[in-house]
Order: sequence, then C-alpha cells, then structure tokens
Amino acid sequence: MSLVGNVGTLDTPGTASPVQAGRRARWRYLPYYLAIAPFFVVFAVFWCYPLLYSLFLSFHRWDGIGPMHFVGLANFRFLVTDQAFWLSILNTMVIWVMSVIPMTILALLIALGLNSTIRFTGFYRIAYFVPNVTSVVAMSLVFSSIFSEQFGILNWVLGAVGVDPVPWLTNPWGIRTAISVLIIWRWVGYNAIIFLAGLQAIPGEVLEAARVDGASPVQAFFRVTLPLLRPVLLFSVLMSAIGGMQIFAESQVLVGNRGGPGQAGLTMVLYFYDQAFYYNDFGYGAAISWGIFLVVVIFAGINWRLIQRPARREGAR
Amino acid sequence: MIWTRRGRVLTYLAMTAGVVIVLFPYYWLTVMASNTTSEIYASPPRLTFGGQLAHNIGQVFAKVDFFGSLLNTVLVAVATTALVLFFDSLAAFTFAKYRFPGSSALFAVLLATFVVPTQLAAIPQFAIMADFGWVGSLKALVIPAAANAFGIFWMRQYCQGALPDELLEAARMDGCGFFRTYLSVALPVLRPALAFLGIFTFVTAWNDYLWPLVVLIDSNHVTLQVALAQLNTVYVKDYSVVMAGTLVAVVPLLVVFLFGARHFVRNIAAGALKG
Repeated sequence: MSLVGNVGTLDTPGTASPVQAGRRARWRYLPYYLAIAPFFVVFAVFWCYPLLYSLFLSFHRWDGIGPMHFVGLANFRFLVTDQAFWLSILNTMVIWVMSVIPMTILALLIALGLNSTIRFTGFYRIAYFVPNVTSVVAMSLVFSSIFSEQFGILNWVLGAVGVDPVPWLTNPWGIRTAISVLIIWRWVGYNAIIFLAGLQAIPGEVLEAARVDGASPVQAFFRVTLPLLRPVLLFSVLMSAIGGMQIFAESQVLVGNRGGPGQAGLTMVLYFYDQAFYYNDFGYGAAISWGIFLVVVIFAGINWRLIQRPARREGAR
Repeated sequence: MIWTRRGRVLTYLAMTAGVVIVLFPYYWLTVMASNTTSEIYASPPRLTFGGQLAHNIGQVFAKVDFFGSLLNTVLVAVATTALVLFFDSLAAFTFAKYRFPGSSALFAVLLATFVVPTQLAAIPQFAIMADFGWVGSLKALVIPAAANAFGIFWMRQYCQGALPDELLEAARMDGCGFFRTYLSVALPVLRPALAFLGIFTFVTAWNDYLWPLVVLIDSNHVTLQVALAQLNTVYVKDYSVVMAGTLVAVVPLLVVFLFGARHFVRNIAAGALKG
C-alpha cells in the first residue's frame, strides 16, 4: 500500500569512467527534469502561487477591481460568527450523512448481486456505472423536474398510491432529500464497482471454510465477508467524505445560489461561490475557502484515523 | 457461495429492477425532450416518447448559441485530454523508471498536492487569468488542467507493473535516448492506461462546471454545462426545450464513454484498490 515504493532504476547509462560521468552528470539528468517540468510549472503558477495569494487576500477587503484594503483578521472574525457559514457546514454534513449511509448499503447490495451473477455482468456493471460519468448540471435539471411539486413524476406516482404531493424543492428536508438522492444516484454504481473488486479479492476458500463450519450465508456475510471488506468500505467512505465536502452543482442547479427556502441547500462551496463570485467579495471569499479547507482537513483526519486503526492492529498480529 | 435456483432468479430480478431505476432518469429525459411543454406538465403526464424531439432540438440551437458551446466543450475536452495524456505519461514514466537528484522529494510534493481543495485557489486563479487577459477565453480552462497529480500518480503505478527494466535496458542497448525510449517503447505498452486516463480526463473536462462558470463570465464562448444552466434560467417556461438541450449535452459523452466502458470500469476498481 506504500505510495513511494522501491523502484527498479536505470540511472547508469554507458560505461564511462567516474570522472567523465561526473562531468556529464549535470546534463545527464536534464531530460528527466524537463519531462516532469510541465506538472510543476502548472502547479507553481496555478496552484502554489494562488494558495499564498489566497492567504494574503483573506486579510484584505477587495472587490476584484478597486484597491485592496488591509483589514487584519476582520474577515475571519466575521466568519466565525457568520450564521450562514455555520449553516452551510451543517447542510453539507447533513447531506453527506443522508447520502453516504443509503449509498453504501445499496452499493454493497449491488456488489453482492454483481458478484453472484454470472450472465450479463458486463452489462450490469456499465449500467450501474453510467450515472457517474453523466454531467451533474444536466442530471440536476432532470432531477429538478422529477422532484417538481406540481408537475413532477415522483409526486404523480406518490399521488397514484394516495400520498399527498410533497413540496420537495421548497421544504428544507425536501431539498436535502432531493440533493441526497441525486448524489446517491450518481455514486452508487461507482462504489458498487469498488466493493465488487473488494469482494473478488476475498479468497473462495475462506467462505468455503465458513460453510464447512456450518455458517449460514447470512452469518458468513456478517462474520467473514464484511470484516474482510472493511478496508475497502472505509476507503470508499473517506473518498465520499472528501467529495461530499465539495458538493456545489447539485445544489446550485436544484435550488439556486442562495440555497433555496430556509437555505437548506446552501453547501459550503455554494456559499463560497455566492460570496466570492456573485457578490465579488474576494477577501471574504478567500477567508471562507480557508474555513472550508480547515473543515475538510478535520473531517478527513477523523475518517483517516478510522481507516488506520485496523491496519495497525493487523500489523501487531 | 451456494445459491438455490430461486435465489438466483431473485438476484437477477433485483439486479434488473435496480438497473431500471438507475436508468430511468435517462428515459425520462428523452420523454421530456421529445414532447411539448404542455404534455410534460399534463396530469397524468405523458410517459412515452413524443414526436417533438427534432423540433425541440431545433429550438435549442435557434434560441442560444448551443452549437458554439458544443464546439467549445469539444475543443476544451480534446485539448485537455491530449495535453494530460502527453505530460502525465511522460512524467509518470520518468518517476517510475529513473532516479535523479530530488526525484523522491519531487514525487512527495506531487502527492501532497492531492489534498489541496480546488476552491482554495479559485479566487487568485481568477485574478491571474484577469492579469493574463484570459478571462472569457478557453485557454483559462485548458492550461491549468494540462497536467495533474492524479494522472501522474496513477500512470506511475501502471508503468511499474507494465514496463520491465529489461525492456528499457534493451532499448538503451539499441541506442535509444530517453525521449526515444518513452516514445517507441513505453507509449505502446502504456496504451491501455492511456485509454483509461484519456476517458477519465475527457469526462471530467466535459462535465466541469464551477470553474467555467467563474472564468467564462460575460463571455459568448461558454461551455455546454454553463450554457445549459443559462438555458434553464432563461427559458424556464419552455421546459421541453431545456430538456432537449440537456439531452444534447448528455448524449455525446455517453457515446464516448460506452466505447471504452468495459475496460474503464475494470480500471476504476483496480486503481482504487491499489491506492
């Protein structure tokens, strides 16, 4: 699992004497540096420099056109008391929980299904995976029509079985549900494919042994399969935690820049976009982006610890 | 696992029901795009394809410069993919197979860039683009995306498994220089990995929304995703037209994806487990 493993290397071209080699060494490595240069140039110009710039901006007031005014910690002082920012953190977390739990369970069921089907597996895999590559904007538009209160097909189907129309996109919990359903729809297949790979990595003898010992299929699943799948499950939860903190287009297309009624769909990145690029408050926007960064680091850190723990236990064994 | 006959039938039924639910939004999109707005809003709604598809798509192209947006998106996606494939594979090959002063440290820096959330850099990136005079230009989308850490990391993993040292040694014996070895020896071997990274990059570039929305502000040259969002706010009354535009934005990408889907889906899982 180590990221920087040992690599077979080829760093001794030719059979030149050490002296000659030393003289040529300076030029010898040049092609390698040139080969990796594009990434580092792009990174320096468009990522590294902007990060420092963004830190600088967060101590200023700037509308992007006029002069900058140094305001010290004012942006951050405002940020910690900004109710909209706290609400955006809450919304993001709520939407993440509402999507990740059903999504993981459904993905696991689909993966088990894929693992036990023999025919059409190629078709099933692709069919479940397709939503993941479809544009968020496009499918948010489709879902906004499905969830439409008056004309939506969902309320029509519910009406057919006697349920009153649900105001999906005007009620706070309706909004969060709609956004979560969209997220689940886009990511359930992706996670099922990853779980499937995890299932296939479990040796058949282990399950066979459980069966011989008299375990029922359900027992075998909870006592053998699930524990062995734990690293893969946690990996997927970590990835969805990082991705979930970035939710933007789903909210913006479904309920608009302000996050809809009660601002229930206002996610962290949507609030950032709204303040920075709709109100052109670049200084405060920069402060929000650092606030988001902090939340993401803490949140990913908690998840990462959960992943590391069983690995350590295994190492001690 | 042991499966009774009934269990097997139930599994196939459940899997198929799941597929029907997952694919329903595409069906519904096509139904809405091929009917009139009043038919979409009717109660009970029309559940089958109508005959208005060509008319609705014609309306989309007549009302907004949808063709221009489609062209822009294709340009951005193709240019980004080409640059990423070249730069990422070259850097990955170098990191995987050569050792030079600072190579491990530089690779560690590259990995560290994974954790940087994109919006952290968005405001200054916008200011930089303004300085370059690139606001509203497609360059602002392509150049910052021309090389990325994920692609290099993923390709490096692949290089380590797919390129034995003996092969490169043989190339060196034959008098191949570094770049020649990359071009004639490494690239052909890396073709499956290039296919995966290519589709991945193309899909990401095609679907990107936040950054184009920010940097193509007040521009006539928007991408499909931005045009779609605009279409939705401007022609909100003409729902079937909005849906026809959505369909036009979704179909080309689906076609590209389905070409390499089997291979792509396999690699998604392999990449995730190795990482």
